[in-house]
Amino acid sequence: MTTVPRGLLSTRGLSLKFGGVVAADGIDFDLMAGERLAVVGQNGAGKTTFINICTGYIKATSGQVFFDGAEVTGQSPRAITRRGLGRSFQLPQLFTEHTVRQCLLLAASAVQRKTGLWRALDQAVDADEVDATLELLQLSGRAHDLSGSLPEGQRKLLDVAMALVLRPKLMIMDEPTSGVSSDEKHQLMEVLMRALDERKVTSIFVEHDIDIVRRYATRLAAWIAGKVAADGKPEEVLRDPIVIKNVVGE
Amino acid sequence: MDASLIALALMDGVSYAALLFLVALGLTLIFGVMRILNIAHGSLYAWGGYFAATLGLAITRFALPGWLALPALFVAAIVIGGLLGTVLEWALLRRILDKDPILQLLVTFAAFMVLEDLQRMIWGVQPVFVSDVVNQLGTISVAGVTYTRYQLLVLPLVAIAAFFGLRWFLGRTALGRQVTAVTHNREVATAMGVNTNRVTWLTIALGGALGALGGALASPTTSFTPGIGADMMVLSFAVVATAGLGQIGGAALAALMIGLARSFAVYLLPEVEVLMPYLIMVGVLLIRPEGLFSTVAARRI
Amino acid sequence: MGSPRLRLLVVALLGLVLALTLSLPWLKTPVLLALSNGLAVLGVIVLIRAGQVSFGHAMFACLAGYGVTFMARAWHLDALLLVALGTAGAALFGALIGVFMVRYRGIFFGMLNLAFSMVLFSMLGKFGGLTGGTDGLRFDRPTIGFVHLEREGFETALLFLALALAVLAGLAVQRYFTSVNGQALAAIKTNETRLEYLGISAKRVFWGGYVLSAAMCGLGGSLFALAQGLVTPEMGYWVRSGEVVFIAILGGAGHAVGAFIGAFVFEFVKLYAAALLTGAWQLALGLVLIVMVFVAPTGIFGLMETHLRAKAAPR
Repeated sequence: MTTVPRGLLSTRGLSLKFGGVVAADGIDFDLMAGERLAVVGQNGAGKTTFINICTGYIKATSGQVFFDGAEVTGQSPRAITRRGLGRSFQLPQLFTEHTVRQCLLLAASAVQRKTGLWRALDQAVDADEVDATLELLQLSGRAHDLSGSLPEGQRKLLDVAMALVLRPKLMIMDEPTSGVSSDEKHQLMEVLMRALDERKVTSIFVEHDIDIVRRYATRLAAWIAGKVAADGKPEEVLRDPIVIKNVVGE
Repeated sequence: MDASLIALALMDGVSYAALLFLVALGLTLIFGVMRILNIAHGSLYAWGGYFAATLGLAITRFALPGWLALPALFVAAIVIGGLLGTVLEWALLRRILDKDPILQLLVTFAAFMVLEDLQRMIWGVQPVFVSDVVNQLGTISVAGVTYTRYQLLVLPLVAIAAFFGLRWFLGRTALGRQVTAVTHNREVATAMGVNTNRVTWLTIALGGALGALGGALASPTTSFTPGIGADMMVLSFAVVATAGLGQIGGAALAALMIGLARSFAVYLLPEVEVLMPYLIMVGVLLIRPEGLFSTVAARRI
Repeated sequence: MGSPRLRLLVVALLGLVLALTLSLPWLKTPVLLALSNGLAVLGVIVLIRAGQVSFGHAMFACLAGYGVTFMARAWHLDALLLVALGTAGAALFGALIGVFMVRYRGIFFGMLNLAFSMVLFSMLGKFGGLTGGTDGLRFDRPTIGFVHLEREGFETALLFLALALAVLAGLAVQRYFTSVNGQALAAIKTNETRLEYLGISAKRVFWGGYVLSAAMCGLGGSLFALAQGLVTPEMGYWVRSGEVVFIAILGGAGHAVGAFIGAFVFEFVKLYAAALLTGAWQLALGLVLIVMVFVAPTGIFGLMETHLRAKAAPR
């Protein structure tokens, strides 16, 4: 029986190798509750691979993943989500033919374990949390609009909102500000981070914008060629010559 | 089961497979280039057969030379396939390319319905059976079994010619390679300067002609009645689904498999004869939904 | 059930159907057929909600019909019981094969359903000893509500039953659409991955929808068998399955009412085609559908909705 690491999210020897490609190279990692981890690295360095393995989207070829005191290696996204790991996507994954509120009600129905065959969605689900989340992410004004009709920034917020309704302990966000205009980026991060703080959710976010990293992260991990090349306080990692050469100098 | 029965089943299966292959080939070609399953394809088979029979009757009626009977079949196929295929492509298929897949299927189903009624209006409901060609070519004795030259030689030869002809066309000619490009990726092909509209039209005309050829070649051996198009539609679809949508070589093998399974069933266990193609289809879809000879993974969760 | 205008429309349509059928008795049969068809279309609409289409759902109607026939011949059960059992049987079969079906999407889902239906169709045709072969099987008119009625009375009673069941089924399906499961089903169409990331099993939700669709088709098939007193393998032929999908799009796949509007239009065009179009109903309807796909893809009900200008209630 392996000793379960004490962190909120931990990996041991996580590897994904196929056909000569090394997407993940024996990663040992620990994330503690309360941290705000930023993940940087060039495209193809393995950041999204790491996230995909941790959230169950793909399986590693070797190694283990632990979440909140239990091993989750190889489990499905559904199982891992139910354990309290929420995720948002680089391209927001929404129910485009549902309204904003309906998207959140569906998420709420999952966490409230309502499998109702009879009562209407908006009657069967306790909507207080949904409305509160809408408020928190400044989406209340668009509650009855089709999610497919939202501008990019609000799509990103909805993407996170849907995961937030599930009351996650950890929120992994894949490039939360990508595709959003530069003047909107900071505003978006403000709203996001305040929401996560309010709900006491630990977070990991993949970012390319170094300003955002400096401003919002408590910890920075730099990925190079499937491994974590540098890990620590953002300012220190950003001064590391390897990081400057391989990551920041983009 | 003695040797002569085996020989009979074999020859039966092969000649039947030849027809199946031609029709399936047309269907899979059209799918390849449009990513739409043309439910009206069975109608092309029916129209090809009916028209071939009409030509055959005309030959007799106008006392034209008898040797025209066999080429007439091919003429029928080219005319019907080319004409109907073109009409279908121009009027319908090219206009539904960016529609919801369910609507695309419905449009081709509606076209099938329209063609069924038109066929009934033109050729009536009485069975149509013009077998002069078969009689002309006579019989041949192989392995102690007497067989018609038509079914033993003509059908498989046409199928083989179609197979190799198509392979040569797709691999060795400029137009053929354009067809392959469009089949792989429409947008990329357009970006490379291929006239996708023209290529698509030609492929559909060709696919339609193959379907009609199947019907034309079948008409001297089967009596054509309303509903024969629907039967062949679902049968050719079983071949295509078993092989894998868009697979040409695979279609030949699948046609052989289904043709032989059916013909052996006739002699061994007659009740399952009609079931065989669909049992095979279910089996393949459950185990390998993308088809036996496909290289792409299927949309299965 | 949506806006008051919609409710008014439905009541008006119901009233119209009832009035016409009672004053013109020869309408009973076509109306019965339209109602049974409409129920099958209702089943297909459930699947279309998830963005999927089956080209084999006539097999459930066919199975239920044959089930009704066997049971009527063997045990002389009452019509009400026959309908219940036929529907249950179809639902059970749907539950069983649904376990495999829900792992497929798109054209593969459509193909697998088609394949199953053709296996059933071929079996029914070939195993004549049991099934009566291609000629089908007949059965004697059963009691209805434990009352033995003559042909006319039976038809009227069956008609009322069918109307009641159609209304109930339509209400049930619409209710399902607005429910948690129904909304999750609709989400399968737009983003199945996200459902999984919400912790909802898309397969389980889809299975529920599949069983419901099988039950609706079974209900329609049972009523159809009782209306005809005869079942044939044609009930399960792929063209029948195609017609059911056709009617769904014709009537409007967005709402239960569309299923029945489509079914009625279909049935009555067939009826009048013999007189007006030399029997070329397929030609007429085929052309209508082609035009509709371009001009009104949401079907007749979709057009009506736009004209009703009913407030878009979240479905």
